[in-house]
Amino acid sequence: MAETKTLRQELTKGFLKENPVLRLVLGTCPALAVSTSVENAIGMGVSASIVLIGSNIVISALRKVIPAKVRIPAYVVVIASFVTIVQMLVRAFAPAIDEQLGIFLPLIVVNCIILGRAEAFAGKNAVIASAVDGVGMGIGFTAALLAMSIIRELAGAGTLAGFQILPASVTPMAIFILPPGGFFVFGLLMAVANRLSEKKGLPKAELHGCEFCPMADSCSIKIEGNPEKCEKSEVSVQ
Amino acid sequence: MTLDKKLTVSASPHIRSSVTSTGIMLDVILALIPAFFAAVIFFGPRVLAVTAVTVGTCLLSEYFARKAMKRPGTLGDLSAVVTGVILAFNLPVSIPLWMAGIGSVVAIVVVKQFFGGIGMNFVNPALMARIVLTVSFPSAMSTWTSAFAWRDGVEAVTSASPLAQLNSFFASGSIENFAGAQGLPTLTQMFFGQRSGSLGEVCAVALLLGGLFLIIRGVISVAIPFTYIGTVAVIMLIAGKGDFTFVAYHLMGGGLLLGAIFMATDYTTSPVNVKGKIIFGIGCGFLTAVIRLFGSMPEGVSFSIIIMNVLVPHIERLTTPKPFGTPKKVRGEKAVGQ
Repeated sequence: MAETKTLRQELTKGFLKENPVLRLVLGTCPALAVSTSVENAIGMGVSASIVLIGSNIVISALRKVIPAKVRIPAYVVVIASFVTIVQMLVRAFAPAIDEQLGIFLPLIVVNCIILGRAEAFAGKNAVIASAVDGVGMGIGFTAALLAMSIIRELAGAGTLAGFQILPASVTPMAIFILPPGGFFVFGLLMAVANRLSEKKGLPKAELHGCEFCPMADSCSIKIEGNPEKCEKSEVSVQ
Repeated sequence: MTLDKKLTVSASPHIRSSVTSTGIMLDVILALIPAFFAAVIFFGPRVLAVTAVTVGTCLLSEYFARKAMKRPGTLGDLSAVVTGVILAFNLPVSIPLWMAGIGSVVAIVVVKQFFGGIGMNFVNPALMARIVLTVSFPSAMSTWTSAFAWRDGVEAVTSASPLAQLNSFFASGSIENFAGAQGLPTLTQMFFGQRSGSLGEVCAVALLLGGLFLIIRGVISVAIPFTYIGTVAVIMLIAGKGDFTFVAYHLMGGGLLLGAIFMATDYTTSPVNVKGKIIFGIGCGFLTAVIRLFGSMPEGVSFSIIIMNVLVPHIERLTTPKPFGTPKKVRGEKAVGQ
């Protein structure tokens, strides 16, 4: 009974409480770059989620075999294999999305969410829990991208997934699909996520806090009170 | 003699200045009035509509933003009115009114209130709104109506702004041919404002009057406008190979006077002491000249002021006066407290 409850928690924590984009501030680069249209956001979210689930399962299964000293290269090899598979699949079955996502598809290899979950979760938890964690985080990532892209595409191009929504007489605000609009929407959604979790009594997202750092568990430096001094914490901000 | 006056012991400050935010903003509004009337004369009654929309939306956004954030209302300091008027001055007369409204919301809610309201914004709200509108609606924001087009009953006579014409001459390397070019207003017309451009920037004489009023009232110091305009003049003199007409067109063209007098001098987003103001003014002037001469856009005033606004904290750090008596900073050693 207790087992199922923790699994459910592992699943739902990625939605809001530990939403990778809006609360852990991971994967910011693809989130800002790809959320210009709903199609791209779904393509990116699903691709990254598949890689995340796959790599979580494999890394979790291999966690006792991989030596601690070379774990990062080992993780990257596993992740890269999944990225290659996903990239080939997307190129074969959805060439339009492949063209749109461009370099960001192969760059999933260095996506902080995937490496972060491998380091923080899959490397020390059982296979099923890691898979569920991957599903939850993947859903959280896709949902955050989707929310950003809905706002940006609707306001910036007047369309949703390519369909005209706003009447043609309304000129869309092009700034929303440009980088400044991306940062603006990102900030707004982070504020909303903070507000929602504040209502649930959860702590605010900290950019430098040890508890949000993927290195926290393996890290020897534990700084109380003033985590901004942690030089290693930059890992979590990228 | 009786002690009918009690000696009150109170904490400092004991001497209070009568200068208030409201008073300063009122002075700025007064200084903007000549340029406003000039705009109405040149561009017709639609100026009133645009200004009413920006000022009204600014006031409403300020009211509701403060209310939503549960902070005390600040409508009384009139800063929202100033932002609204200056934003209107930065827009072309033909701008759709809803776009002017969006610009006002961006200025007040996003740029000002998100960062804490009056005195807290890190860039000039009206300028940021202008840039957001320029990036979002490029065609509506660069449709310039000729002066007096409204009176002649012509629907939207659009013409290239003098600055755009000047730039094409500079780009083709034939600046000596620009004087007397087709459609370019004369220097007198430029001085009195009979040219195309955004609402408040056209009438040089009205802006100078407003600036003079602000300087006499002590609201702004001469440092920023003088160094800003001076730097642009020097660079343009070099770029124009000593041609003073070229310089004169650049000084009165575009939004340089409006920017240098009313927007670069914004207290919140400009340095505090004179040394910092001079660096700030030179930086603004340099960026404006470079963007005008070599950029892809004809005008660079708004971008240069915004860039310098962002640099202000660093300028302040460089120019903070050293308290008398403190030891000299030894090279390579960090000062205490840093």
